[in-house]
Amino acid sequence: MGKYIIKRLLMLIPVLLGVSIIVFVITHVFSPDPAPVVLGQHATEESMEAWREANGLNGSVVSQYIDYLGGVFRGDLGNSYYTKQPVAKELSSRFPATIELAVVSVILAAVFGILIGVVSAVKKNSIWDSGGRILSLVGVSIPIFWLGVIMIIVFSGTLHWLPSGGQIDPLLKPKSVTGFNLLDCIITGNTAGLADSLKHMVMPAMALSMYSLAIITRITRTSMLDSMKQDYVRTARAKGISEGKVLTRHVLRTSMNPVVTVIGLQFGSMLGGAVLTERVFAWPGIGSYIVECVQKSDFPVIQGAVLLTATIFVLVNLAVDIIYTFLDPRIKLGKKEG
Amino acid sequence: MLGKKQKPVEVPGQEKPESELHAVWESLRVNKTAIFGMVIIIILVAVALVTFLADAAGIQILPYDPNETDMTASFVKPCAEHWFGTDELGRDIFSRILDGTKISLFVGFAVVIFSLFFGIILGAVAGYKGGVVDTVIMRIMDIMLSIPGILFAITLMAALGKGLDKAIVAIGIVAIPEYARIVRGSVLSAKESDYTQAARVIGNRDLRIIFKHILPNIISPIIVRATLGISGAILDTAALGFLGLGVQPPVAEWGDMLGRAKGYIFAAPYTLVFPGLAITLVVLAFNLFGDGLSDALDPKSRKR
Repeated sequence: MGKYIIKRLLMLIPVLLGVSIIVFVITHVFSPDPAPVVLGQHATEESMEAWREANGLNGSVVSQYIDYLGGVFRGDLGNSYYTKQPVAKELSSRFPATIELAVVSVILAAVFGILIGVVSAVKKNSIWDSGGRILSLVGVSIPIFWLGVIMIIVFSGTLHWLPSGGQIDPLLKPKSVTGFNLLDCIITGNTAGLADSLKHMVMPAMALSMYSLAIITRITRTSMLDSMKQDYVRTARAKGISEGKVLTRHVLRTSMNPVVTVIGLQFGSMLGGAVLTERVFAWPGIGSYIVECVQKSDFPVIQGAVLLTATIFVLVNLAVDIIYTFLDPRIKLGKKEG
Repeated sequence: MLGKKQKPVEVPGQEKPESELHAVWESLRVNKTAIFGMVIIIILVAVALVTFLADAAGIQILPYDPNETDMTASFVKPCAEHWFGTDELGRDIFSRILDGTKISLFVGFAVVIFSLFFGIILGAVAGYKGGVVDTVIMRIMDIMLSIPGILFAITLMAALGKGLDKAIVAIGIVAIPEYARIVRGSVLSAKESDYTQAARVIGNRDLRIIFKHILPNIISPIIVRATLGISGAILDTAALGFLGLGVQPPVAEWGDMLGRAKGYIFAAPYTLVFPGLAITLVVLAFNLFGDGLSDALDPKSRKR
């Protein structure tokens, strides 16, 4: 097991190197020169030259990349062209908010997606099933940013139930311990802050989870229906096991494999979708920040953010592969098939 | 022997096999949701064609000029003159939404054609050649897939700059790996089949085998993915527009309209309702049709 995990971790290195190369090429080869954007239209040629020199943009692309990569291994992702702060610092102050939103959303999507999918499959062709299928169809068709906007109009603008944006009332903000707002509220015993944070979380998390919820509902339903047709389920029923036990022990467990894979993949789409959700709800994560950086060509930040997101994504998928083995005893890790 | 088109051999006492297309249509026809999606797509294509042709001919067919601003009539609530109201510059939202139909559909098709083109080439070469070529191509595809799609598209927009054509390229590049994977998988299984072996034995060149013998046989999964890809492309374009990275003003793109209206969310909520509804409707239509097509093209699930 340990060996397998280490092997898989090592295999991630070429993938992440590849990601860094792709992003580097996009920002350094195909992008227009950032100097006039950063310094303004009236900057002189000398000042632009000096700026390029100061930001290490003068050497060949290959040597620039090698410098960059060397920095990455030391935890140095370069400095923002604008704030001059280290990118690692800029991102670490914003990333926890994005992760928190994505994790809460993925939990919401998984719990409700599996629940609705199971009900849909068990009560096939009932009104519940139709409801579940409509939800899974609309869920993948509705743009999450529009869903967010409509939620704000209804729940903030009309009903005044929920705050329309932000992560927490600034007056209630807990002392930063972990950087994760919800965790910090719990650690510092800030119950008022926790309640307020949860209120702020409801709409963004619901909007962000909708797409994945729809996908998970659908795959759960299909997978459950497949399992129910299997011989071992018929055998279990024939043995006289109660229907509830058949469903939980025999059907549900074997149906979860594709569902777990999809949940892992959905986490990646959530990290992307967070960009849109954060924009709608003024959520202080990296999403809004990246869009800003794209508009003003702050390339070091974009590189760092994409690299970090991809790293988290591949790590989550590795974790999913490992969870797999616990769910399905037929899969043996580290052994080649056949 | 295989040079000219062969006439199908008629076996006496056996019914003529019905054509593939006919069977697909028979299965699709009874699928109510798929037909619903198809009808919406046909209506939308008609709207797009009519507005495009009228625009090209200089005839005003929409109730108002979609790009004409009128500061005296900004933020008019939905009423008899302006069905969906007007935006911050007094432009008629109903006209802008109809005008935007052609943009969304165009982007949807253009992105899919772009990514299909490169996806088919890369996937077919990887699957057919195997070995190092396969490994290199598919590793690159894996790397691309490890960057969340919309984030990748945003990054590409940083390099390409604003504009509809650039959005198409950015979203198209992001979608290439999916098609490459599907094509590669299908080519791998088709490569070992008897008809491919036969084509190789009689001395066909690789390219000819791929395009003449393999691709026509794996077209079903590609069509299904492409139909669903259109809805994905329309959603992503709207997302880029919403973030302010899509079209150049004053183009009436639905996502861009939403992004601009967002600042007036409490003052004029109706400006946000209709563009979003339009996006949802188009995407839903392609999803419904794509799902139906997927069932119809899968012989195992085909209803008779």
